[in-house]
Amino acid sequence: MSLLEQISTSLQQGEDKQVFELTNEAIAEGIPAKEILDNGLIAGMDIIGEQFRKHEIFLPEVLLAARAMYAGMDQLKPLFAKEGIPSIGKVVLGTVQGDLHDIGKNLVGIMLKGAGFDIIDLGKDVPPEEFVETAVREGAEVIGMSTLLTTTTPMMTQVIELLKEKGFDSTIKTIVGGAPVSEELARDIGADSYGYDAASAVDRVKELIG
Amino acid sequence: MEPFLERLRSGEILISDGALGTMLMRGGLRPGQCPELLVVEQPDLITSIARQYLEAGADAVHTNTFGASPMKLSDYGLEERTEEINQRAVNLVAQVVDDRAYVSGSCGPSGKIMQPYGDFKEEVLYDGYERQMRTLTDAGVDIICIETMFDLREAVLAVKATKAVSPQTPVMATMTFDKTPKGYSTVWGNSIEESAAGLQEAGADVVGSNCGHGMENMVEIARRFREATSLPLLIQSNAGLPETIDGEIVYTESPQLFAEKTHELIDIGVAVIGGCCGTTPEHIRAIKGVVDSQ
Ligand code: B1M
Ligand SMILES: [Zn+2]
Repeated sequence: MSLLEQISTSLQQGEDKQVFELTNEAIAEGIPAKEILDNGLIAGMDIIGEQFRKHEIFLPEVLLAARAMYAGMDQLKPLFAKEGIPSIGKVVLGTVQGDLHDIGKNLVGIMLKGAGFDIIDLGKDVPPEEFVETAVREGAEVIGMSTLLTTTTPMMTQVIELLKEKGFDSTIKTIVGGAPVSEELARDIGADSYGYDAASAVDRVKELIG
Repeated sequence: MEPFLERLRSGEILISDGALGTMLMRGGLRPGQCPELLVVEQPDLITSIARQYLEAGADAVHTNTFGASPMKLSDYGLEERTEEINQRAVNLVAQVVDDRAYVSGSCGPSGKIMQPYGDFKEEVLYDGYERQMRTLTDAGVDIICIETMFDLREAVLAVKATKAVSPQTPVMATMTFDKTPKGYSTVWGNSIEESAAGLQEAGADVVGSNCGHGMENMVEIARRFREATSLPLLIQSNAGLPETIDGEIVYTESPQLFAEKTHELIDIGVAVIGGCCGTTPEHIRAIKGVVDSQ
């Protein structure tokens, strides 16, 4: 098994110490940081995401894998700066007001970070104004909103409307996601994009910025 | 009133109440507002809902304390008000039911994830549950209802904390299951069989399921529980899953459907039947009609 495959496998097993060591090993061998990330860490996380969707594994395994992903990513971060890999965009991320579910949002944040985005994570229960004000102040290109409650999906609409009201709807794009959200709902409320899961959120945000 | 568990042992079928959360939203709960603080801010709304459920025929009325563990209240910076909130919540329901129904102290998950998957120590959760349970039982609840749990380990902590502070208080403990290709399981990976056994071993007197499904699947879940344990069962089904229709959030299962499915739950041998998200006093009235006709 190649070193990167080992990283992916250890990540899937939630072995954060092993991922930490293997990542450092890979760095020492001179493998470019971007390659370690894509073919080691993210490759492993993609498999975890897929298995979770198919109910082959459960949330605890996902959380352990996410922790292992952090362990590896923390080692790569300084290298990104050194190798001159610039941030590919800034995303303000949060769970909408009234909703305290943040596991899915955190996974989306990890994957976006892994893909090279600058993430400003506002946490959960985030009021509409805070999304908009932060994005404007920080010069973010994208606002990402997560919700798991059907009852709080209207809060996403409020953010989108507030952006319009303030005249930022053409400069700041929106992406929404979470179990009760669908492509259709995203379109109905005027969001620019929809992420089905963390991996697709990355692709969609790239499209928005690209 | 005759003790709750004795009535269940004699084979009587009892009715618990319906949704609180969705009723509070209809009563004006705003997004971002702490639902449990309404016992202080809008006590009339709380007593009005309790009264409606009592009049609809509930034998047990839940307190508005689903999220009143110190862990959950800390999300709103209200941790220090744990005692005040739980106590008031009990007093409000007790004042309404006045010995015509049992006061059931509701307790939901902490929302905190325990090590090694998350950052929280098991002891912190246990201590928090003990604190909530001590207040609820001191304030005079007749039953504790631990509900909507998805991590069996956490549910077991809550049951044990209750039995530690008040061994004589009956404990009902229910979990929320997902339907997967491999059967029913919580998102944490706990099966119905494992949950029934774990809760029983922890000391629960009544076990079962609430939330996450409409009646169709709940009947199936009840059947699995019946096969897994000889304890009395509690089933509190949602009125379906929420749908957004024309911008309105609706739960579509009618009281009539609840009446039909109540027959099936009774046939399976469910001892306590009530409702969860989206149910209303009408749903409870429908259940009552069927139970009374038995
Ligand atoms: C920006 O772009 C994007 C793009 C993609 C995005 C995205 C954003 N956000 C997410 N995605 C996507 O990518 C992620 C990774 O693939 C995915 O994220 P998900 O978040 O979907 O997936 C996660 C990886 C795993 N999924 C989860 O983490 C959710 C799991 C379940 C069990 C769940 C949990 C854990 C909790 N809960 Co709650 N909870 C349930 C859930 C039932 C279930 N089986 O799903 C659900 C969501 N809860 C529900 C409810 C009703 C509630 N919960 C509540 C509370 C809680 C806890 C706090 C106890 C806990 C949250 C802990 C936490 N820190 O997050 C209460 C609300 C509190 C509040 N104000 O928010 C409460 C109201 C009380 C209750 N009855 O339980 C139900 C919602 C029903 C509905 N449709 O409205 C629910 C479906 C349970 C049920 N079966 O009824 C994708 O959706
Ligand atoms: Zn429910």
